[in-house]
Amino acid sequence: MTTPTPAVPDTHPPADTRSWYKRNEIRVTPWLFLAPGLLFFAVYVVFPIFQSFNISLYRWDGLGEATFIGLDNYRELATDRAFEVSFWNNLKWLVLYLLAIPLGLAIALFLNQTVTGIRLYKSLFFFPFVISQVVVGLVFSWFYLPQVGLLNVVLGWFGTSINILGDPDLATYGIIAAGLWPQTAYCMILYLTGLNAVDPEQVEAARLDGAKGWRMLWYVIIPQLKPATFIAFVVTIIGALRSFDLISIMTNGGPFGSTRVLSFYMFEKALAEFGFRMGYGAAIAVVLFLIMLVFIAYFLWSMYRDEQEARR
Amino acid sequence: MFPRPIQTQSAAAQATYKAALPVVLILWLLPLIAVMLFSVRPEADFSSGNYWGMPSSFDLIPNYSRVFFDSDMPRYLLNSLLITIPTVIGTVALASMTGFALGVYKFKGNLLIFFMFIAGNFVPFQILMVPVRDLTIDLNLYDTKTGLVLFHIAFQTGFCTLFMRNFIRALPYPLIEAARVEGVAEWRIFWFVVMPLMKPAIAALAVLVFTFIWNDYFWAIVLTQGPDSQPVTAGITAFNSQYRAAYHLMSAGSIVAALPPVAMFFLMQKHFIAGLTLGAVK
Repeated sequence: MTTPTPAVPDTHPPADTRSWYKRNEIRVTPWLFLAPGLLFFAVYVVFPIFQSFNISLYRWDGLGEATFIGLDNYRELATDRAFEVSFWNNLKWLVLYLLAIPLGLAIALFLNQTVTGIRLYKSLFFFPFVISQVVVGLVFSWFYLPQVGLLNVVLGWFGTSINILGDPDLATYGIIAAGLWPQTAYCMILYLTGLNAVDPEQVEAARLDGAKGWRMLWYVIIPQLKPATFIAFVVTIIGALRSFDLISIMTNGGPFGSTRVLSFYMFEKALAEFGFRMGYGAAIAVVLFLIMLVFIAYFLWSMYRDEQEARR
Repeated sequence: MFPRPIQTQSAAAQATYKAALPVVLILWLLPLIAVMLFSVRPEADFSSGNYWGMPSSFDLIPNYSRVFFDSDMPRYLLNSLLITIPTVIGTVALASMTGFALGVYKFKGNLLIFFMFIAGNFVPFQILMVPVRDLTIDLNLYDTKTGLVLFHIAFQTGFCTLFMRNFIRALPYPLIEAARVEGVAEWRIFWFVVMPLMKPAIAALAVLVFTFIWNDYFWAIVLTQGPDSQPVTAGITAFNSQYRAAYHLMSAGSIVAALPPVAMFFLMQKHFIAGLTLGAVK
């Protein structure tokens, strides 16, 4: 307020002569601050989601006229073998990618000590996460090379060899293993930060009660790591469903389409060699989105609950 | 502290632990070490089948200088910089504003908008691909760095708003009220009261967004095509087809492409980790 408060309260408030903006400042400001961000987000993220739903009802090559075909794209999906393979691969990714959480916890527990140089060790363990997935994919595809790749050189000492990326039954697992490498590093750093915040008094108290080892971990430590576990879960699920780079780099969907996932198959249908089937691609993306929606709803619900608790 | 500090255990256990650390680290980084070893070998080693034996000469400088002087790599690197830096600036600017609006003011729809930003950030990007590519073509921005930058700014704003808003929420609110009582205009509160306190959050977001955008591959191949605008993640595939089976060059090229975010991480480690953990676990 611009006028100084008089010693005796004035019972007749003076007529507000300030400009409209000044009078409504508190109500208007947040919208002014939100406007640019909201505009960008609406144009590039929110509308496109609905547009994709719409495009999935058309037959469209991206250039000419789009023909409305109703649910035909979805009917075609139901009988598309490649779609089925991609869908199951997505589930494999989802389930196996979650291994990053216990693996990350294990490494975090291993590194949660104070010895000389431990900070550097922690950074070096984390460092796969900073590298782009493209490079991770290249690194692993060389690591897996038949005959000359390091993996097969080591296996050769035991008299066996394995061509992971050339075998339709193994290739997906090989790629998931490559993806687990940076993802485990991410979970590790979440848990290292989480372990720092574990209440030492509770640990001591539990120790006096004779808890140690696994029981201590399960009943005392893990419950306290819940926030870290939640974030690890969120980022791992998102990472699993977004997997694209590694597949594109390591196998390009092959051998015989055995490593496709929905995100990759969608890209292939809409933009790559099969010609521009935008509508069909959008339909695949919609399916992927609906899978994700289950998780998004759960994440938002958890965050909403925390928000209600933190209300001030 | 859990697990029990190693110092409280027997000397043998301590020695084992200290010996295990480097061994486990080497195993963990083995695929990467293999690539580094490849990148300093001479070409002759690969043609003679000497992949893992003693290198016949140490060719660090010739290999890396070929990457820098004989290929499109410098252009791709420059493109990456020209895409990443404007995105970082744009995102941080937009997200400071949205974060401020959502963190400081109570108004109808606040939580709804906040959750919209979060939800948008979780979306698999494939659902955006066809419409965004279309929009970019309509704007005449296909195969330009600007087209990529605009999209990245928009998409990253979701995540960054989440981060900024939570950070601003944790600031002492009486500070803002005091400024209001003094009659400070709202935009001045943003600029002179809140912004200076947001420096750590801005630093954290800047390094994170830098890494995310530098490492982006999907949008690079959806929205751009050639060496004029493609960033290094997409360029590396072109580079690799140019030097097919020349493992010494491909691995040197990969290391060069990976280096900037790695450098960023080691320089700004504290901020980086603060950003990744979303400030949720302090």
